[in-house]
Amino acid sequence: MRPIEVLRIAWEAIGKNKVRALLTMLGIIIGVAAVIIMIAVSAGTEATISDQITSLGTNLIFISSGFSRMGPGNASFSASSGGLVMVDSSGGLVYDDATAIADQVSGVKGVVVEQQATETIKAGNVTLDSIEIVGTSVDFPAVRDMKVKDGRYFTEEEITHKTKVAVLGYDLAQELFGDADPIGESILVSTTRLTVIGVMAERGTVGEVDYDARLYTPLSVVLQKFARTPFARIMGDRVRMIYVQIADSANMDNVILQIQLLLAKRHNVSLDSADFTITTQQDIIATQESTTAAFRSLLAWVAGVSLIVGGIGIMNIMLVSVTERTREIGVRQSVGATPGDVRWQFLTEALLMSLLGGLIGVVVGVGGAWVFGTVSAMRTVVVPSSILLAFGSAAVVGAFFGFYPANRAAQLDPIDALRHE
Amino acid sequence: MTATRTIIETIDLTKIYGMGDVSVTALDSVNIHIEVGEFVAIMGASGSGKSTLLNILGCLSTPTSGKYILDGEDVSDLDKVQLATIRSRKLGYIFQSYNLLPRTTALRNVMLPLLYDRTRKVPAEKWEEMAKDTLEAVGLGDRMKHQPQELSGGQQQRVAIARALVNDPVLIIADEPTGNLDSRSGEEIMLLLDKLHGQGATLVVVTHDPIVAAHTARTIHLKDGCIDTIVQNDNNHLRLSEKEASHATH
Repeated sequence: MRPIEVLRIAWEAIGKNKVRALLTMLGIIIGVAAVIIMIAVSAGTEATISDQITSLGTNLIFISSGFSRMGPGNASFSASSGGLVMVDSSGGLVYDDATAIADQVSGVKGVVVEQQATETIKAGNVTLDSIEIVGTSVDFPAVRDMKVKDGRYFTEEEITHKTKVAVLGYDLAQELFGDADPIGESILVSTTRLTVIGVMAERGTVGEVDYDARLYTPLSVVLQKFARTPFARIMGDRVRMIYVQIADSANMDNVILQIQLLLAKRHNVSLDSADFTITTQQDIIATQESTTAAFRSLLAWVAGVSLIVGGIGIMNIMLVSVTERTREIGVRQSVGATPGDVRWQFLTEALLMSLLGGLIGVVVGVGGAWVFGTVSAMRTVVVPSSILLAFGSAAVVGAFFGFYPANRAAQLDPIDALRHE
Repeated sequence: MTATRTIIETIDLTKIYGMGDVSVTALDSVNIHIEVGEFVAIMGASGSGKSTLLNILGCLSTPTSGKYILDGEDVSDLDKVQLATIRSRKLGYIFQSYNLLPRTTALRNVMLPLLYDRTRKVPAEKWEEMAKDTLEAVGLGDRMKHQPQELSGGQQQRVAIARALVNDPVLIIADEPTGNLDSRSGEEIMLLLDKLHGQGATLVVVTHDPIVAAHTARTIHLKDGCIDTIVQNDNNHLRLSEKEASHATH
């Protein structure tokens, strides 16, 4: 029998039972769409996280102490190239460490220290609670890739002299002063008066940090006036994290090694038992990726299960169909259809149904991912290989679950089949 | 009397269902001989083995023992695929309940045997034309696009006859072809079969209707799986073969 005829018969058979075929295909449609949407969501999440990490700045190293928030003890020495590095020191990174790195390590473009406090801010009759106060250094805008919109950032001298100045995040300035020009205005942070000298350009929320709602002030001011959390009190002038920006990403390994040796010497510890951790942006991205990859494969499995359920649906309906059409099978056999012809006919029907379902599923999946990405805040990225994967799985499922009913049809005895009521 | 060829020859054809103590002998050493162009009826009470015989003659099943030679070819021991091929090449069926594919046009129904013909006797582009010609031959030229449920019983049976003819079979087997029809439609169908017979077709019809049997040249009566009698019908114009009597081992 010619393949075109086999296809035509299968197509006609599906056409004769449109509603049933559609309902049967529903499992496959949902399965395929689920695979595509779920992979699109996880790929979107992954892209967002990676963007966020990159948007912290470029060519950064994070040096953190043992109290690092960057992950419980999983930060590691890294020698990967390019991107951010993070330094974290449990024994206590101090502000002088940052200065030492800036002065003594070659290939460093900028060093930034952050110390945070949470305070109430008053300006005129506006009072805002729980505002994050970030004490930092001069290189902060450059290293963290942020711009000053109005006014200026504070200088090295102001840090040295602990001058009480403040640079407001964009939203914070709006909330405190509305459309009025805040430059030169005085604000009360807790009990300390600060003079506003600048407003940062809009940055938005990256990760969980709303950069526009923060207040930036010299590190020395925070250490002197606001470091009152129990944590900060214990830490004294210690800093939680030092950001180092490297001039040339090709030098990354060398810079990391220099920092390790310098800090080990300053803290009087060996490299094996260092009280600080150095992480690069790449490390963070890699960690995030392995997390989302696990998440993604879990989603894919869940979606895969619904494909299998869809396949069982097809098998079920095909078995019903074989029973219903027993007499038709008998007629075909009587006019010369071989068991192989009958098997092909039903297998083709199952396959056609699952491929059709797969096709509809792809449309629904791609459309669904788009709608999801548009309507919700979630970002979705349709991965082309996921379409192939989903469609391919649908075909495999159709062939696999179509085989048993097709085989049953093929094995019917023509005499019994013709007598079947 | 012209030289003829043998279409059906059975030698001690036996069919036993089941095994051991519970076995039933449906056919017991039946010998039949049918020449090309003959019109033969097989009659018998239910349980006489006529359905079993019909199934074997129609290559839908094989005998337990004995030989069945169809058109010079021994088909006694063929497997399913080979039997299907024989059915496709050599046989045409007419069923009591027509057995047309539902929701399928008369034309597509008639084309069906052509789809399964692996010898490619008729090229695909001629299928439709072939089916049309055959439908016209049975007087349904104006019903080609009709589906079975839109046709009367007699018309449906004509479509079925066209389907049986389209493959140019050496043998047409009809199982109670008028069983579901009123007497007028039944008579029309029998006249159509007479016409085919007149054109040289070889027909075997299984029936318990004496009126149907009366259209044939010869009636084989079965009883308990054996040939009971063979009757030469009065109205026939065909020769009587003396061989037949001797084949009718009783």
